[in-house]
Amino acid sequence: MTTLDVPTRGFTGDIDRPRGGALAALVRHSVALARRSLIKTIRTPEALIDVTVQPVIFLLLFTYLFGGAIGAGDRGAYLQFLLPGLLAQSLALGGIALGQNLNADIEKGVFDRFRSLPVARSAPLVGAVSADVVRYLTVCVFMLGFGTLMGFRVETGFVPAVAAVALSIGFGLCFCWISVWVGMLVRTPGAVQGVMFLLIFPLSFGSNVFVQTNTLPGWLQAFVHVNPITPLVSTIRGLLVGGPVAHNLTITLAWMAGLLVVFVPLALRAYARRA
Amino acid sequence: MSDLVVRAEGLRKRFGKTQALDGVDLAMRRGTVLGVLGPNGAGKTTAVRVLATLLRPDEGSAEVAGIDVLKEPARVRRRIGLTGQYASVDEDLTGTQNLVLIGQLLDLTTRDAKKRAAELLEWFDLTEAAGRMAKTYSGGMRRRLDLAASLVGHPEVIFLDEPTTGLDPAKREDMWGVVRTQVTQGSSVLLTTQYLEEADALADEIVVINHGKVIAHDTPDGLKRRVGGLTLSVRPADPAKVPETLRVLDAVAAPGTNASAETAAGARPGAVSVPVTSDLALDEAVPALRRAGVEVVDFGLHLPSLDEVFHALTEGAPETQKENELV
Repeated sequence: MTTLDVPTRGFTGDIDRPRGGALAALVRHSVALARRSLIKTIRTPEALIDVTVQPVIFLLLFTYLFGGAIGAGDRGAYLQFLLPGLLAQSLALGGIALGQNLNADIEKGVFDRFRSLPVARSAPLVGAVSADVVRYLTVCVFMLGFGTLMGFRVETGFVPAVAAVALSIGFGLCFCWISVWVGMLVRTPGAVQGVMFLLIFPLSFGSNVFVQTNTLPGWLQAFVHVNPITPLVSTIRGLLVGGPVAHNLTITLAWMAGLLVVFVPLALRAYARRA
Repeated sequence: MSDLVVRAEGLRKRFGKTQALDGVDLAMRRGTVLGVLGPNGAGKTTAVRVLATLLRPDEGSAEVAGIDVLKEPARVRRRIGLTGQYASVDEDLTGTQNLVLIGQLLDLTTRDAKKRAAELLEWFDLTEAAGRMAKTYSGGMRRRLDLAASLVGHPEVIFLDEPTTGLDPAKREDMWGVVRTQVTQGSSVLLTTQYLEEADALADEIVVINHGKVIAHDTPDGLKRRVGGLTLSVRPADPAKVPETLRVLDAVAAPGTNASAETAAGARPGAVSVPVTSDLALDEAVPALRRAGVEVVDFGLHLPSLDEVFHALTEGAPETQKENELV
């Protein structure tokens, strides 16, 4: 090892003031940390199975195995019905990995270093969530791409389809804060998955994802109507294959805002407490 | 400006039933190395986490670089570097990417962060591995990268939590060299260790912690003197002369002690050692050995090892130890 020169401070100006102010620093640090998450995603493509192969398996399974029975023999029509719903389920499931990764990072001590640096408490979480945009976009591309090969057709137009993708990504970004919060609370990545499955499967099956709501018993219909997945699926269906959108879109946006208002503070508080 | 770069008073922290810190006071002078020594679970890591702003204590106060850790943690974070107990480098990032990220989080421009990363990688002999993912690094390389990461911001105070745990002796000495260089460049280093040898080699002062309490704070030599006197050690050229040597040295032994043949592990075979009260014992021992016709090949006066010091200091609390095991 050679000897270094006497160190000069790397910082310019006031050492106690973040460059460009607190907000600019939060954005800059979140971007740097999002980049870290993206590098990790690119380096471990097998970690993308849950947003690529897994949704496609669901699509194949439900279209060819159950589609004939559920759709009264018309698999093509059932695929048109199913794909927007499965997209919503895949987005919800796609957020689980984020909670697991954050949980693992904390256990390994990687976050201790971030916490010993002069960055906003929220930056590591905001950065990690931002990077998840790529995963939700991947879900959309795979579902729509593979669905098209299977015979799915967008019946509306380019702009509504883009709006459906944008809404999907936006919902994924809001919903994943639940996973982040759970990731801060439980001890192991496996437990994150367990808790999230327990939450997501009732939500995705107890909704209009797989079957028409009017085929269900009354009490189950009541649950389907208060389930946030239902208006999301209706909106995506409207945007991809046609139908009214405005009402369900409003409810969905309200749910997204609600998820952020509740789970971002919960996640940040749990993160601050987890020492 | 205060000469103390770390000062902690009455730190207490409880985790469930475990009192991790039970009123810890610490003081480290600027430009020195403070060794925090203690067995596993003594509270060393908890103390470091409090000082590095990662953990709020239940009670007590602490200042690092003259800044209150509890009131202005952000300002403290701009002045410290932390290397945790487990190498916390990001395995999926390359060496360069790891260091550049830290630089960016320290508000360096990307260009400066890259420059600093290259500089540190070169210094730590990691230039060739700079573009490789950290998961391909050996244990020693990871440790070096981890240490480099804590130096990106030219910290005034460096916290090293068991920096050489799991390293082989040669790598450990490399680390010691790094720590010494940092001190000559104006940093102050607080390091925790379980290795007495390490504290002895690096630290200007040593704090011994056990069960969340500071049980001693002194220089390495001061600690050794406090626990025991000097030991005179003699090796006769002819092993058959050991009984003769024992008899001669008994005459210079400190009151209530006897000379004994060194049989313990790590002792020099064939040598005889005896506790003495002062170096004046030499004046008596040398002529007495001559008169008895014992030819000597090795002759030394030693302070007790830190191992002996540590056992003497921590032996006092066997009851508490038992209680903790039951919890």
